[in-house]
Amino acid sequence: MSSTYLALAGFAQTWGLIYFVAVFLAVLAYALWPSRQSQFDEAARMPLRED
Amino acid sequence: MTGGELGAGLAFAALALLSIVVAAQAHTPEYAFHAYLFAAGSVAAVFAIVNRYYARPAEPIPLEIGGKPNYNMGPVKFATVAAMIWGIAGFSVGLLAALQLAFPVLNLDIAWLTFGRIRPLHTSAVIFAFGGNVLIATSFYVVQRTSRARMVGDIAPWFVVLGYNFFIVIAGTGYLLGITQSKEYAEPEWYADLWLTVVWVVYLLVYLGTIMRRTEPHIYVANWFYLAFILTIAVLHLGNNAAIPVSLFSPKSYIVWAGVQDAMVQWWYGHNAVGFFLTAGFLGIMYYFIPKRAERPVYSYRLSIIHFWALIFLYIWAGPHHLHYTALPDWTQTLGMTFSIMLWMPSWGGMINGLMTLSGAWDKLRTDPVLRMMVVSVAFYGMSTFEGPLMSVKAVNSLSHYTDWTIGHVHSGALGWVGYISFGAIYCLVPWLWNRERLYSLKLVNWHFWISTIGIVLYISAMWVSGILQGLMWRAYTNLGFLEYSFIETVEAMHPFYVIRALGGALFVAGALIMAWNLWKTVNESAPASRPALQPAE
Repeated sequence: MSSTYLALAGFAQTWGLIYFVAVFLAVLAYALWPSRQSQFDEAARMPLRED
Repeated sequence: MTGGELGAGLAFAALALLSIVVAAQAHTPEYAFHAYLFAAGSVAAVFAIVNRYYARPAEPIPLEIGGKPNYNMGPVKFATVAAMIWGIAGFSVGLLAALQLAFPVLNLDIAWLTFGRIRPLHTSAVIFAFGGNVLIATSFYVVQRTSRARMVGDIAPWFVVLGYNFFIVIAGTGYLLGITQSKEYAEPEWYADLWLTVVWVVYLLVYLGTIMRRTEPHIYVANWFYLAFILTIAVLHLGNNAAIPVSLFSPKSYIVWAGVQDAMVQWWYGHNAVGFFLTAGFLGIMYYFIPKRAERPVYSYRLSIIHFWALIFLYIWAGPHHLHYTALPDWTQTLGMTFSIMLWMPSWGGMINGLMTLSGAWDKLRTDPVLRMMVVSVAFYGMSTFEGPLMSVKAVNSLSHYTDWTIGHVHSGALGWVGYISFGAIYCLVPWLWNRERLYSLKLVNWHFWISTIGIVLYISAMWVSGILQGLMWRAYTNLGFLEYSFIETVEAMHPFYVIRALGGALFVAGALIMAWNLWKTVNESAPASRPALQPAE
């Protein structure tokens, strides 16, 4: 029981941390990539466009 | 008949039969009453499906008319009206609860009206009945408009809206009759939880299906927030309500979690109900309705993406701050506190993004009380998300926990942020949905704004004073090491603040009544819009 707990906690505290940080860095890279400026400028106006 | 009509009809017929069997065998009359409600609702659903089949044209509803999406706004209209009705009911029950705290005799010695039953009725009515219908209405509206596609499903959207409101009726009548599993913000028993699970899965499928049908390449940020709200609430609901019923014929169930794990699961649920129901969902409203009303693009779309991911990464860990100084392991408490403090960043990033969307349109605050309401809402969001992390710090929590300070904090978020962004969205939606040129009266919106703002200020300032007073009295010792005050002395000291709080609540209810009147007149008396349907009312 306790060894299962330790194994799970150890996995979460190392690989879990690395995984979340990596995913968040990927999000930052996606959001801040310079070439996406025009795409995001257009997305920011989506509610304003009418059909 | 389509496969959907046939399947739904047969499923409801089977549910009606099962409900009648359960009603006949039920262990308690209250449970039998609920089973009969299920039976009546199922029979009504079968009739509605059959009647609709005979009334509708043979060919399927077109997805586009004249090259434009044929939006499905019927369920949106229903949820908007339901939100307004439940809102007034929920605020009024809150007022009754506030008055009972000041004057206990107002429970009238009737079991149904005791504070213990009225309080969950109030919280569920405002969060799930009012807030939930606002979220369903706005999410169905926004996902169609920003995907430029008709909502997926024929019966499914109506099933979501009507099924959700049926859940509200079961939950609310259950509280009054004394059926509860005693989990905060999750009081309904197992059968209501199962029903909500079915409704919620269909909600998720309709939402996802509509996004997949989109003709826009990009998924607008508001949809991300709505999707996080729907998905996370599903996970929270399943985890927190893992219970085994005593019998099919009994409303009573036992939760599978025990001891401190149960407490932790409860507050993992409870805090994320705040984070994903009352925050993420309503941020979806902010990101669509504020740009729309201000006629300005989102201030920084990049910030909105970072706002979204940072918020959902951090919120899910903050729950343990509800269990400071309990049997919960110390490291878990510290973890909850740390993540709560880190939440300052995405919360304020989002607030700044919402407020700065008004760049170049600040003058509209002077002329448009609807926009003013939404901007004040975002300001309240900033204020309560500043206060929340502060209260999650253990040293502060040792003073604030179990006191009225918590109630004040919750209401600055609930009345200020959730209430005002909802009112703003509904003021926008009603003229769009009913194709009206403008609201009946902006002057009345102005009255609503000021009356309820004074109400909120009275409410939260009374609770700050009362809460800190209460906390300080509880921890006061005499020089001999005895407690300085008995409990009843603290109750007496809080009385004036309870009266002020009830006054604030009464003003908030008055504002909502003005709003309902204004919307009624808008639908029934305002001139139809001269421009094509669903233009913003400016």
